[in-house]
Amino acid sequence: MKPLRDSLNNGEFAITAEVAPPKGADASAFMEKARLLKPMVNAINVTDNQGAVMRMSSLAACSMLASEGIDAVFQATCRDRNRLALQSDLLGAFSLGIKNVLALTGDYITMGDHPSGKAVFDIDSTHLLQTTCLLNQGIDMADKKLEGNTDLFPGAVVNPASNPLEPQLMRFEKKIKAGARFFQTQAVFDTEGLKRVVHIAEKRGVKVLTGVLLLKSAAMARFMNSNIPGVTVPDRYIEMLDNSLNPLQTGMEIAASQIDELRNECHGIHIMAMGREEKIIDIMQMSGL
Amino acid sequence: MIITSRKDFDGLVNTLRGKKKVFLLGCGECSTQCKTGGESDLKEMSERLAGVGIETTGAVVVEEPCHIPLTKKELRTNKSAVDDADAVMVLACGAGVQSTTEALPEKPVYSGVDTLFLGNINRNGDFTEKCSMCGQCELNSTAGLCPVTRCPKNLLNGPCGGMEDGRCEVDREAPCIWVEIYRRSEKEGRMDEYMAISPPKDYSFSLKPSSLKIR
Repeated sequence: MKPLRDSLNNGEFAITAEVAPPKGADASAFMEKARLLKPMVNAINVTDNQGAVMRMSSLAACSMLASEGIDAVFQATCRDRNRLALQSDLLGAFSLGIKNVLALTGDYITMGDHPSGKAVFDIDSTHLLQTTCLLNQGIDMADKKLEGNTDLFPGAVVNPASNPLEPQLMRFEKKIKAGARFFQTQAVFDTEGLKRVVHIAEKRGVKVLTGVLLLKSAAMARFMNSNIPGVTVPDRYIEMLDNSLNPLQTGMEIAASQIDELRNECHGIHIMAMGREEKIIDIMQMSGL
Repeated sequence: MIITSRKDFDGLVNTLRGKKKVFLLGCGECSTQCKTGGESDLKEMSERLAGVGIETTGAVVVEEPCHIPLTKKELRTNKSAVDDADAVMVLACGAGVQSTTEALPEKPVYSGVDTLFLGNINRNGDFTEKCSMCGQCELNSTAGLCPVTRCPKNLLNGPCGGMEDGRCEVDREAPCIWVEIYRRSEKEGRMDEYMAISPPKDYSFSLKPSSLKIR
C-alpha cells in the first residue's frame, strides 16, 4: 500500500487504522497487530494517551512502525506537553522516520486514569498545525532557524456530528487555514454533517478520512455514548446489537455497510477497531473495498 | 471577589500540632461574603476550637486583610491578645494570610480556609469563575466571554470535538463557552473576530509572582 500522503495526493481512497500503544513497556502485541494490518492500510494511526489514559508514547510506538516500513500517523495532543516539548517531539518524530502528524487538543485529563494531573494546554491544535508548518519550513515558534527542517504531513480532526455544527465547521476552517492537509473524523453514523464537512474540504483542497468504529457489543456502544466525548451511536444500531446472537459479527456488518456507504462520500476511512484490529481484514472484505 | 471555602476542621486541628491558644483574624470583604471569615464565622470557629480544648485569645475582622498596612495596624491594636496566642489562624484568602505572616515575623500563622478563585457573585452564596487574571485579556476578540477561563482546555480557536448539544465535554451540565461565543459573535456581527486565528498565548504575562506599581 502507498503511504498515506501519496495515496491522498493521488486521489485514491485511503485507509488508515487506529491502534493504541500498549499500557506497558511490551510492544510485541502492538507490533503483531501492526504487521497484520500493514498490507491493508495506507497508514497506522497511533493514539496519544487517548481518553487521558496513560500508555506508551505515540512517538515511540510510531517509531517502531516506521522502522518496519509502516507509514505511521503520530497523534500529538496539546494536553500533556507545552510548546517546547511538542516541537522537540515533532523534530524527533521526523528524524525517526515518521511522516504524518495528527494535531489534537486531547480529551480532558479528569476523564482518564490520572485525574489529579496538571493539564497543559499551552497551545491548541490550531497552533500545533501552524507550528508543524513552521518546522517544515525550517523555523520554530520562536522564529529560530533549524538545523534541518521536517517534512511532516499535517492532519487534524473534525467532528461532523457536532451539535450545533456551525462553530465546529468554523474551527475546521481555521485548521485548514493553519495548514492541515488531511482530516480524520470521530466515528460517523449519520452522513448529513459529513457531507457539509466534505463540501468545505473539497473547496479548500484538503482530504477527509471518515471514522468508522467497530461496535463490539451493545454494552460497548452504550459505554461509548456515555463516556466518549463526541460519539453518539444511534439507537437503531444498539438495538441491532442487543438482538444479535453474535454481536461482534453484527458490529462488523454495520461497519462494512458504513464503509460501503462512505466510499463515494469522502476521501478515505479511518477504522477504529477498539482492540479487535484482526477483524479489520474481514470488515474490509465484507465491504467490498 | 476572591472565593474561599472552609478547610476540614479535624484536619485543621491536626495542623495546629498541639497549639493551645490561637488568635483569629477574619476578612470584612470577600471572606465575609463567602461565609468563611466574617464575624459569625470567627465566632463559630472559636466555639469549635473551644470544643477541642483550644482557647481563642482574641479575634478581629480586618476590613481588607489583603491590605498589609491595614492588617499590621489591626494586629497592633490587638497586640496583647495576639502576643498571648501560640498561633494566629487567618480566615481569609491566601493574600490575607500572607499579610499576617508579614505583619508577625515571629508568630506561627495558619490558614483556616482554601482559596479557590476570582469569582463573580451570581446571588448570595453562589459564585462562578469567569476570569483567571491571565495578564493578557482575550475578551475583545471573544465577544466578551472568556475561553481562557471558561473552556477547561483554554482553547483559543473554537470548540473541541467533545462538545455535545452545546454542552462542555468536561461538565455536561455546563454550556460550551465556544458555542456561546459563536452565537454572540454572530448576533453582534463580529464573525470576523471569531474567524481570525488567535495566536498562542504569551504566558510571560502571567509570570509569578506578579507585581504592579502605579507611577
